[in-house]
Amino acid sequence: MSLGSVPLRYKVDIDREQCMRCMRCVDNCSYGAFRNEEGKLIVNSRKCTACHRCISMCPRDAISLKDRPVDYRAHPLWTSEAREDIINQSRTGKIVLAGMGNAKDFPSIFDRLVLDACQVTNPSIDPLREPMELKTHIGKKPSRLEFEETVDGDIKVLNEIAPNLELQTPIMIGHMSYGAISLNAQRSIAQAVAKVGTFMGTGEGGLHESIYPYQDNTIVQVASGRFGVDINYLERGAAIEIKIGQGAKPGIGGHLPGEKVCSDISCTRMIPYGSDAISPAPHHDIYSIEDLAQLVRGLKEATEWKKPVFVKVAAVHNVAAIAAGIARSKADAVVIDGFRGGTGAAPKVFRDNVGIPIEAAIASVDKKLNEQGIRNEISIIASGGIRNSADIAKSIALGADAVYIGTAALIAMGCRVCGNCYRGLCPWGIATQREDLVDRLDIDSGAQQVANLINAWTYELSELMGAAGINSIESLRGNRERLRAYMLDEGMLNVLQVKPVGA
Amino acid sequence: MKLDNKIAIDANDIHYTQLNKLIRKAVAEKATDIVIKNVLGQRFIASGLRAEINIDIYGVPGGDLGMFMNGPICNIYGNCEHAPGNTMDYGKIIVHGSTGDASAHSMRGGEMYVRDRIGYRGGIHMKEYDQKKPTLVVGKSADDFLGEYMAGGLILLLGIGQEAPFYGRGIGSGIHGGRIVIRGEIEDKYLGLGVKRLDMDTSLLNEVQSRIKEYCNYFNLDATKLLDENYTVLGPASSRPFAGKYTWE
Repeated sequence: MSLGSVPLRYKVDIDREQCMRCMRCVDNCSYGAFRNEEGKLIVNSRKCTACHRCISMCPRDAISLKDRPVDYRAHPLWTSEAREDIINQSRTGKIVLAGMGNAKDFPSIFDRLVLDACQVTNPSIDPLREPMELKTHIGKKPSRLEFEETVDGDIKVLNEIAPNLELQTPIMIGHMSYGAISLNAQRSIAQAVAKVGTFMGTGEGGLHESIYPYQDNTIVQVASGRFGVDINYLERGAAIEIKIGQGAKPGIGGHLPGEKVCSDISCTRMIPYGSDAISPAPHHDIYSIEDLAQLVRGLKEATEWKKPVFVKVAAVHNVAAIAAGIARSKADAVVIDGFRGGTGAAPKVFRDNVGIPIEAAIASVDKKLNEQGIRNEISIIASGGIRNSADIAKSIALGADAVYIGTAALIAMGCRVCGNCYRGLCPWGIATQREDLVDRLDIDSGAQQVANLINAWTYELSELMGAAGINSIESLRGNRERLRAYMLDEGMLNVLQVKPVGA
Repeated sequence: MKLDNKIAIDANDIHYTQLNKLIRKAVAEKATDIVIKNVLGQRFIASGLRAEINIDIYGVPGGDLGMFMNGPICNIYGNCEHAPGNTMDYGKIIVHGSTGDASAHSMRGGEMYVRDRIGYRGGIHMKEYDQKKPTLVVGKSADDFLGEYMAGGLILLLGIGQEAPFYGRGIGSGIHGGRIVIRGEIEDKYLGLGVKRLDMDTSLLNEVQSRIKEYCNYFNLDATKLLDENYTVLGPASSRPFAGKYTWE
C-alpha cells in the first residue's frame, strides 16, 4: 500500500536479564503482543495498547513500555495524532472510534480552583472527634415546610415530601451498562454501592438478575433504545433515569455492536442474539421540553409516583436553560455529564470536540436555577472527569448535590485507561464479554476496591470540610465563597461566580 | 356501581393520576371488565398496569395510552392521541378510530389494531425478543417513517378503501429487524434507508392471514377481499446496519 505503515504507538521492551520466561505476559495479553516460540519470548509491539496488564503481572518487573517511540518531524499543529488520523481515514473512509473520555489537552478548570481553610478567626473542625454530616438526599425539596401541633404536643409536618434517595456520601457510580462492561464489573460495583450506602446506575442495558439483590441501590436507566425496559425493571430500581445525552458524545446515540450481544446480554436487554443494539440519537417520543415532561410523568405514573426520576443531559452550550426546563418537568434530579465523561466507544470527533467542561456547567445550572427560584425543585448530579475528592468538593461548592464517578471506579477495578474498551478485549475483565477475560475480575475484590475508593474519598471530603469549618455537606453546596480561582480569566470567573485568589 | 365483575368509571373532569388510581383499585377488587366513560385527553391510561383484564374506553384518551402495560386488553371507542402502546410489554390495544404519531413506539410485545389511520413514525423501534413479538395492524393509512429503526415484530398496513400511496416516505428507515407488510406494490421512492424487499414465506403468510382475520373480526369487516390481495414484504438489509461505519483509533 502506498501509505505504508505508521510508526509504533507503543514500544514494549523486555529486560532479558530480569525475564525468567514464565510467560505470564503471554497468557495475560489479550491483544496478542507476546508469544512463546519454543521457550523464547517474542514481542509484537504493534499490538500493544498500553493496558499495563503484562506489566502488572510480571513477577520480575522485566517489562518496560514507551509511548510513541518514533519521532515525527516536530510540528505544533500537525501533531503525530493529527497525521495518523488522516492516514487512517484516507485508508478506510470511516469514522474514527475512540474509547474513554476527551483526550485533548484542554486545561482543567478544577485544577485552577483552590479550596479554603480556617485560620485564627474561625475554628476548623476535627472530623475524628466531631460529627460530620455527609448524608445527601437527592430529589425535590419543599420550598417551605408547614407544621401542625398534634393533641399530644408533637409536631407534625403537613407537606407531602417527594420521594428522595438517601446517600451516605455524595458519591455515586454512574451508568455503565452490562454490555459496555462485564457482568463481573457491574456486580462488583453493585456490591460496593450497597456496602457504602450509595447508588449505581444500570446504564441502558437492562437489569441482570444477579443485580436484583442490590436493586435498592440501583438507578435504572431509560434511554432512546428502551432496552430491557418493562414495568418490572422500572419498579425494581430505587430511581429511574432518563438518558437524553452523555458527555462523551453529546447529540448522538449509541450502538452496541452485534458481536457483543451474547446470549446473556440478549436476554438482559431483551433483543435478539447477535443483533446490533441501536440507541438512536433522540427519544422518539421527545421532541421538546414538553415531551420530556410527558415521559417523566409517564414513568412516574407507571410506578405510581413512588420513584424519583432523573434526567441526564450532556453539558452543552445552553445547559443552564435546558436544566431549568427539566426542573419544571416534575423531574427530581438533573444529571449533567461534562465533556470529559467516559464511554466504551464514541466517534473521536465527538469525544474530543463536542460539549463543555462540567465545572462551568454545574456553576451555570446552579446559578440559573437559583435566579429562577427553583433550585429546591431539583437536585444536581455532576459527572464527567471526576478524578479525586478535591474535584468532588469543588463540584459541590460550585453547586452540585452529588457526583457520579465512572472511570475512577473502573480504575479501582484494574482499568489503566488504555482507551480500547470498544475492542471488547479488555484484559482486566471490565470492558469485555469474553468469558476467560471476565473471569479475571474477582467480584469480591473488585467490590472491596471500589468501596475502599469511595470510603477514602469520603474521609478526605470530611477532612476538607472540617478544615474549612464546615460540618455538613449542605453548607458546602453552592458555597462559592470557599473557592478561589487561580489564573482563570474574568469571563470564566463570572460564569463560575468565583473570586480570584487574593480577592 | 359494581355490576358483578364489571366496574364502571366515569372519567369526567378527573385527572389521569386519579383515573389510574381508580383503575388500579378496580384491578385490586378483582374486576374482569372495566368500562371508562367520558374520557377526554387523560394521558397514561393503564400505564404500567399488570392484569389480565378487559378495559373499554369511551372518548378520546390522551398520549401514551397503555405505556409499559402488561396484560390488559383495551378497546378504545374513539381516537387516540400520540404514542399509544409506548414500550408496551403484553396485552392488546384495539382502536375504533385513528391514532397519533409514534403509535406502538418501542413496543416489545402484545398487539395493537387501529381501525383507521396512524400518524408519523408508527411502530418506531418496535423490537422482539424470544416469545415476545409485537404486532401493529393498521386499517387505512400511515404517515411518513412507518417502522423507522424497527428491531423486530410485525407491522401490517392494509390500506382498506385507499388508493396508493396510503403511506408516507421513509418506510423502515434504519430497520434492523422485523417485517413491514403493506398491501399492494410500493414504489422505491417511498422506502427508507436500509430496507430490503423480501419474499412472502409461508409462516409470514400464515401470520398475516390470521392478523387480517383478527382485525376484521374486531371491526366487523369481511376478510375475504383482503386475503386475496398481493402484499409487499419489507425487512432489514442487515441486522448490523452500522457495522461498516467505523474504524479504530
